[in-house]
Amino acid sequence: MAKTRDEIFEQVKDVLVDALGLDDDEVTAEATLMGDLGAESIDFLDIIFRLQKAFDIEVPREELFPAEAVMSNTDFVSGGKLTEKGLAEIRSKMPHTDLSEFEQDPDVNKIADLFTVDAIVNFVENKVNV
Amino acid sequence: MRWIWIDKFLEFKSGESAVSLKNVTLAEEHLHDHFPGFPIMPECLMIEAMAQTAGILVGEARKFQEKVILAKVKKAVFYHYVCPGDTITLHAQIESIAPEAASTNGEIMRGDQRIAQISLMFSHIDNNLAGKQFPEENFVFTDMFNSLLTGFVEQDTPPEQST
Repeated sequence: MAKTRDEIFEQVKDVLVDALGLDDDEVTAEATLMGDLGAESIDFLDIIFRLQKAFDIEVPREELFPAEAVMSNTDFVSGGKLTEKGLAEIRSKMPHTDLSEFEQDPDVNKIADLFTVDAIVNFVENKVNV
Repeated sequence: MRWIWIDKFLEFKSGESAVSLKNVTLAEEHLHDHFPGFPIMPECLMIEAMAQTAGILVGEARKFQEKVILAKVKKAVFYHYVCPGDTITLHAQIESIAPEAASTNGEIMRGDQRIAQISLMFSHIDNNLAGKQFPEENFVFTDMFNSLLTGFVEQDTPPEQST
């Protein structure tokens, strides 16, 4: 049976509360994983393992957090900003993420802000409700 | 020298679970200061002992091709003190394992009594620290660790005998 977006959000919230040691009210849809919730790189893997278990889905790291690979490719980054090619790559790899604001100023330092709670909910929603 | 906080394995199911044993003794000098007149095994060393038990389990699951390091203590809850003369067993299970990392759950027991619950994350560092280079040799799993597994898993090169 398909899950509603609210149900998915609640489950994602539980995952993040456990993985990052947070209080319930800290996890909002707009919260960024690294900036607001204090996640570090190993936490991403912890979150992935927990999402797989909670929703019984496969979560390849490069699908949920593809920007890591984009940032290390010199074709995609120039002068601290994503190139057109890099942006195109991000667009195709991160369909679950709202990129409209980022595209105005594709500074690599802002890539971390793309990893929001909402992006995870979108990702899970696409996976479980196919 | 490395401190080894487990004395031997009791069970070893490759890629699944392991049980190790540690005898705690007043011959361990740190217990004299932790605490004077009230010696107990430090909780941080129980975490390390679990990290060694679970870390060897995770390493063996990939045939020691990965350098496995402790990356995160997900949970550590302690229910009782561990004193000199106690024998504790460390029960570790692999919860998830991927090319970059693994997560484990574990319990420390004294007989039937639960002493602690410890859940850990391990990183396979060659696959997980974007471009950083590490020495070729596996500095995590030394001969001392390998010798603990003698009799439990098939080993390509048996530990060298000291003469």
